[in-house]
Amino acid sequence: MNKFGFSTHASRVIDYETIDTKLISYIVENEPSFASCISCGSCTATCSAANLTYFNIRRLNVQIRLGEFEEIQQEIDKCMLCGKCMLVCPRGINTRNVIMLIKRGLTTLEIKK
Amino acid sequence: MIDVIIIGGGIAGLETACTLHTQGIESLILEKEKEIGGKLTQWDSLFPSNRNAKELVETYKDEIQKHTITVYVNTKVIAIKKQNDGTFEIFTSREIVFKAKTIVIASGYSIFNAERKEEYGYAIYPNVITSADLEHMFATKKELKAPSGRTLERVAFIHCVGSRDEKVGNHYCSRLCCVTGVKQAIKIRQMLPETHVFNFYMDLRMYGLGFEEMYREAQEKHGVQFIRGRVSEIAQTNEGRLQLKAEDTLAARPVRMQVDMVVLLVGMEAPECNSILGKSCNIQYNAAQFIVPQDIHYSSGITSAEGVFVSGTSIAPLSVFDTINHARSTALAVSNFLMPIQNE
Amino acid sequence: MYILIIAIHILMILIMKTITKKQSWNSYQKEIANDNLYYARSCIRQNFFPASEHMFLHILQKELGKNVFDDPNHTTCTGIGYHADVVLFDTIQTVIARHFALMTEAGLEHMAISCVTSFGLYTEVLHTWEHYPEQLEKIRDFLYKATKKEFNLPKSIAHTSDVIYSLRDEIAQKAQHTLINKHTGKPLRAVEHIGCHYAKMFPSKGVGGAEFPQVLAGMIESWGGEVVDYPERRHCCGFGFRNYLVQANRGYSMSNSKKKFESMEVYKPDFILTNCPGCSMFMDKWQYTIAEIDGKTYDSYGKGIPVLTYEELTGLVLGYNPWDLGLQMHQVQSESLLDKMGISYDPHLKYTDKHGNQLPKPVSPLHLTQT
Repeated sequence: MNKFGFSTHASRVIDYETIDTKLISYIVENEPSFASCISCGSCTATCSAANLTYFNIRRLNVQIRLGEFEEIQQEIDKCMLCGKCMLVCPRGINTRNVIMLIKRGLTTLEIKK
Repeated sequence: MIDVIIIGGGIAGLETACTLHTQGIESLILEKEKEIGGKLTQWDSLFPSNRNAKELVETYKDEIQKHTITVYVNTKVIAIKKQNDGTFEIFTSREIVFKAKTIVIASGYSIFNAERKEEYGYAIYPNVITSADLEHMFATKKELKAPSGRTLERVAFIHCVGSRDEKVGNHYCSRLCCVTGVKQAIKIRQMLPETHVFNFYMDLRMYGLGFEEMYREAQEKHGVQFIRGRVSEIAQTNEGRLQLKAEDTLAARPVRMQVDMVVLLVGMEAPECNSILGKSCNIQYNAAQFIVPQDIHYSSGITSAEGVFVSGTSIAPLSVFDTINHARSTALAVSNFLMPIQNE
Repeated sequence: MYILIIAIHILMILIMKTITKKQSWNSYQKEIANDNLYYARSCIRQNFFPASEHMFLHILQKELGKNVFDDPNHTTCTGIGYHADVVLFDTIQTVIARHFALMTEAGLEHMAISCVTSFGLYTEVLHTWEHYPEQLEKIRDFLYKATKKEFNLPKSIAHTSDVIYSLRDEIAQKAQHTLINKHTGKPLRAVEHIGCHYAKMFPSKGVGGAEFPQVLAGMIESWGGEVVDYPERRHCCGFGFRNYLVQANRGYSMSNSKKKFESMEVYKPDFILTNCPGCSMFMDKWQYTIAEIDGKTYDSYGKGIPVLTYEELTGLVLGYNPWDLGLQMHQVQSESLLDKMGISYDPHLKYTDKHGNQLPKPVSPLHLTQT
């Protein structure tokens, strides 16, 4: 009941003890090169979708590792699979495969969003 | 009167002596500790090849013995006096006064005292250790366990402890700590495959040959996780684990993690004697008390005082590779100074 | 026999002191004057913890025979206004200068300050004047024009918790009760919470520095208790005027205290000790508010963790009647602590005036059990 005009706020700190690692484990298992991502941002810089929408593949990768799944389902569908990210990745990661694995993981694994 | 006196019996001093010997120049080493080899005697393995550190020290000890180079251990230099004829008198903790034509300062470095970063709890919480402590544990094959006796579930490395830090007064980068952090992270993953390792960094300085490859190997082959964000504080939990707070800057979210051991990658500082030696024979040193060479590119072993040379980490944080090369170049500079006609 | 027990306890305390973990805070020490003090009161403390300032004066003057001047002419330091962007820096410097003038006129050189925000401000102003002497001259001019007063700078300023800290051993010797749980024989477990402006701005001005402040820990350990080190120990309670004063931000403000409670809960502390008026208010009051909003309390019995000011704790240790110390005015009731310490109290006299007449009893909250 709120008789005070204000309420308690949830913490914004991500607690490593409670991160759901199913999705990241699934991706790294099927695309081991993904482990070498250094978040340089070249992928997002060249991305067709990032030019025109909020979609940011570098940020999505970081969010998956932290177990933050709220926006992924909606965002991942914006990828056009054009492959520009793969052309520029300095670590040679198969980023198109990573996108497909995210999509597949979201439907096959039980991820709480 | 001897040609060269070398202050410091670490690898810089030892390499300088050996190279001078090949030039036919006699030198004498003064070492303040009870044995030669410097900090390397405490190390386990050297990047990037994982070569055994003690073997390198033994190699030098053999060379010194072979060339019958005189070494005085347990001898601390207190003052240097330049004479009118340009030679030097050196006063030490021993009663003899040493006389030399030239001096090479190879005083090495000090390891940053991690107690100064109070928020990390070094010397307060038993499971917070430094990279130097860990290296020594590797070298002595000590078993890695949490103080409670449990196996280590998670280990965190913190980069830039005592370096790039306004609060402790060290603005510079200590060069080696990043690659040391990656090297030690890999070793822990190899020793304890069930343990998760996290490295908290601000920037990853993998500048040398084989370093970037080691970083990639740590990520791909060994599953070390790198988080870009500096740890702000470490506290102890109810179960004796350590809670650390950092920001995952790439995600722009603060994170909190419980770990069983924290390794602080401590930086290198100039040894206290540098400023004493500097004032004693009028050589220049910078705000961080490292000795400033005459020209950082062209004459990095020569100081502003004639006849005084410098070798190794007395000028800046350097790796073993850098130190040995620098020591050889300094020896050549000494040789040119003593025998200019021969080298024309 | 009783004296023997206390002597043994003091011996145990001394032994425990030598085996406490490494104390890096020894490098942060400061001179604390505990006699011939000018007392600068807090604006709001007397509303929430009515007996605290009275007890400070009583303990120093009557129990320990010190000279403390309680000046009716001093005003608020205007710290709340300054931190809420309502009072200008020049104004607050002049107000503080007037207090220094009053201190000078009383022939005193040392100040004891009751509020931590106030203490932080006095330190900040003195620090400003040290580095910008032209500012000091300007303020001397303002004060003279406004009041015809002149002032000397104090030789030292201390927070009143520093003063009690410096006298903790004398107080321990006069102790009627120690911080030992009478039922288990073990030391009472105390959470100590230091106001942010005590040491976070100028670590060298706080005993023990900012990371491991010693001022309250020293008191607790001298009197037989044990300090609980929990992960959010350094976290702010949330009493930032700019946020707390505005209802839209109050939830955020309160959630900082909630974060601390959640962290200290597993350690099952027996009480919380604070040295800042705002922090005491927050730690006490929010346990009520959070219980009403979330239905959650942070002890095992639904009663909350008692919060004490250091003057109240000193009073308990010296054997004063808990109701004379104003403990009945807290949101979280302290009877559980009193029982653990073996302090006797008369529940019927809890809400009576000094003549024994019954006063109206407060309405009980829904979730925070009062008895």
